[in-house]
Amino acid sequence: MSGIYEALAKIVGEKYVSDRMEEKYFYSRDQGLTEPCKPDYIVLPKTVDEVQAIVKLACKEKIPIVVRGAGLALTGLVRPLKGGIVLDLKRMDKILEVNEKSRYAIIEAGVTTGKLKAYLEHYHPSLRFSIPDAPPSATVVGNVVIHGQGRLTQQYGFNSDMVCGLEVVLPCGDVCRIGSCSISPYWFSKGPPLPDLSGLFLGWFGTTGIITKIGIKLYPNKKIRDVEIFVTDDENLVPDIIARITYTEIVEDVNVWTQPYPLIYKGIHHITVYVTGDSEEEIEFKRKIVIDSVRDYIKRKEGGFILLTPDIKPVLLEMPQSSLTRFADVKRGGGFQYAGPIIPIEKYPEAYRRMVEVAEKYKTTWAIASRVIGRGHCMMFGFSFPFNRIDPSDMERVEKALHECDLIALELGGAPWKAEIPAQQEILKRMDQNTRKLIGQIKKLLDPYGIMNPGNWEVD
Amino acid sequence: MNFNADMCLACPSFDCLVKCQYLGLGFAEARREIRKIVNGEDSPVLHGCKTCYACEEYCRYGNHPFYLIVERQEEKQILPAPKPIIKRWIQTGELTGREPEIKPVKEPVISLCFFPQLVPLIQGKLFEGLSIICGRHVFCNVVYLHFGKPSVIKERVPVIIENIVKYGVKELICFHDECYGLFKSLAPAYGIKVPFKPIHLFEYLYNKLREYEKMIKPLNFKVAYQRNCSTRLTPDKEHFVDDIFELIGVKRVERKYDRENALCCAGIIKELGYPELSEELQRKNVEDMKKAGAEYVVFNCPACYFTLAEKVSKLV
Repeated sequence: MSGIYEALAKIVGEKYVSDRMEEKYFYSRDQGLTEPCKPDYIVLPKTVDEVQAIVKLACKEKIPIVVRGAGLALTGLVRPLKGGIVLDLKRMDKILEVNEKSRYAIIEAGVTTGKLKAYLEHYHPSLRFSIPDAPPSATVVGNVVIHGQGRLTQQYGFNSDMVCGLEVVLPCGDVCRIGSCSISPYWFSKGPPLPDLSGLFLGWFGTTGIITKIGIKLYPNKKIRDVEIFVTDDENLVPDIIARITYTEIVEDVNVWTQPYPLIYKGIHHITVYVTGDSEEEIEFKRKIVIDSVRDYIKRKEGGFILLTPDIKPVLLEMPQSSLTRFADVKRGGGFQYAGPIIPIEKYPEAYRRMVEVAEKYKTTWAIASRVIGRGHCMMFGFSFPFNRIDPSDMERVEKALHECDLIALELGGAPWKAEIPAQQEILKRMDQNTRKLIGQIKKLLDPYGIMNPGNWEVD
Repeated sequence: MNFNADMCLACPSFDCLVKCQYLGLGFAEARREIRKIVNGEDSPVLHGCKTCYACEEYCRYGNHPFYLIVERQEEKQILPAPKPIIKRWIQTGELTGREPEIKPVKEPVISLCFFPQLVPLIQGKLFEGLSIICGRHVFCNVVYLHFGKPSVIKERVPVIIENIVKYGVKELICFHDECYGLFKSLAPAYGIKVPFKPIHLFEYLYNKLREYEKMIKPLNFKVAYQRNCSTRLTPDKEHFVDDIFELIGVKRVERKYDRENALCCAGIIKELGYPELSEELQRKNVEDMKKAGAEYVVFNCPACYFTLAEKVSKLV
């Protein structure tokens, strides 16, 4: 691969290419438990033309390309398993357009959720997007590519459902527009009424192309946001409680969480319900509807709303919720990872019981933080384990526990989310064989040399 | 429990239930229901009690009608609140894990009960030289009166008292009104010996302020005082509020919901399963403060503060 460094430097400039040890170290890993894999080069393009040129070079030289946003998935999805180029898109961070009337933003692939949030708050305060509970350095594109979820997921589905257009550099180097933007200056739809090609790129972890721009739907940003927590100590009631609350069609976000420590939380399932409104009256009205939806449970003494003190409310209302990251240091070793399978809502009780058994088997503490997706269509069942980075046996136990949780999720009819390589293989093993074949055919068609994030979604 | 059934049944007023702000009982109904309760029969009172503790104060004879109601609730397994809420609370104060390391501390000692977040408030001239004790191991557990669980209190309080004694305490300043209520009223009613003298925070503050009286510059504020449930257990010390206000040049505004007619902050009432009533009571309290012309609100109990602070800050 002689001359590759020089060729890359010619495309992006000397300053934005590296093959230095320290940078290879950094780009070989994420904060999760997977083994690091070093790249040969790291490149930071600024424009789509540069991305195109890099892809053409990689294609010609048959060099793997792994695209990286903030690298926060925790499941090792942006590790260069076969070396090659890591394409860091952070420099492509322009917010290109906000359409207030049609409620969408067009942004480059390196725009972080933090930047878009701050931009909207400043310039378009009446609009918001579905902020995930990842650190604000997470990129919007990185989040939708893994089918992430956010604060508006209960209302509008996965964050990838909120995409309204893509610009993609295909593995051959061609630039392609997906959705209404392929025929119009307006990015109002990722597909309909045209053939929806966005599915060729969302959820593929960069194995079918490189998203360089995205249209993301925006939603009304109500002036007031409030929160209530309903609790039950019977996990079997959780699916029906969720069904009742989501049936109201007036809540913003619905999360379910529990953890064994501190003791106050032990065995208690907390259903956090957010409401938004432009006036106190609207909030009160919505709160009343929510209370009515679960009144039977209160009357039967099976559940109730807890008092939220002024010190707790701001923590719950924060977006993203930084308190979640505190769990990462429970073992004073600065590590945590979670299995976040997407499961049918009715599987919550069994998932809870079985995953607690896994935690007990591997002698590790845990926390569950789940989010309802769509109007109760499914949920992300986040089962988190902290680990101590200086304790290899602890890390090994957590890794095994996570893998077992993935298997349980599959057994329950769910699907691991942002699946790491072993989980991808488990998914493919169980997948309808013609679907698996189709995945292989699509990959082969788009990426005949297998250079795009190789190792991921590999059928053969 | 220290309760005189004959005295209760011979009561000429049945104020405990007649004055109840929630049940709406007349004299005859009150007499009928209190008889049922005394005789160990079921009564709507046991199911409808909002656990505001006020009947403890309404009783002219110090005969502990509220403690009796709570006893009966537990005997009959009547849950005043949803089961998970009760479970959550009981777990909060559970004495598990490592035994705390307790060594004698220098007096005077103030207990912050189980409010570690309030420790930074113990600063300045008024609190100079105080040793602080705080944590689950000194948690008064009185809150379980709200949840029909006196057995939890009876089981834990002797351990708590033993822990406090291990600190070498002869006098204990109680920051938390419920702690004072425990040591002055509830523990004696349960026949639990308290081998130290509890001093209410207000009494301590009053005495300190007297020491520094010459340094006091009158504040000239109009202040509403929000009484809390446990003040009903020990109303004898309530005069310190007026005494302190006078010393610091504060006018206590005349509220409809003050003194014996105080209205619960309703934080617990929400948890008992009455979210709308809770909202209504909070609104009434805050509107009352506003109507009375209050510029500030003084809370006795941290829980009342937590419950009402947001609403007060919006309206007063």
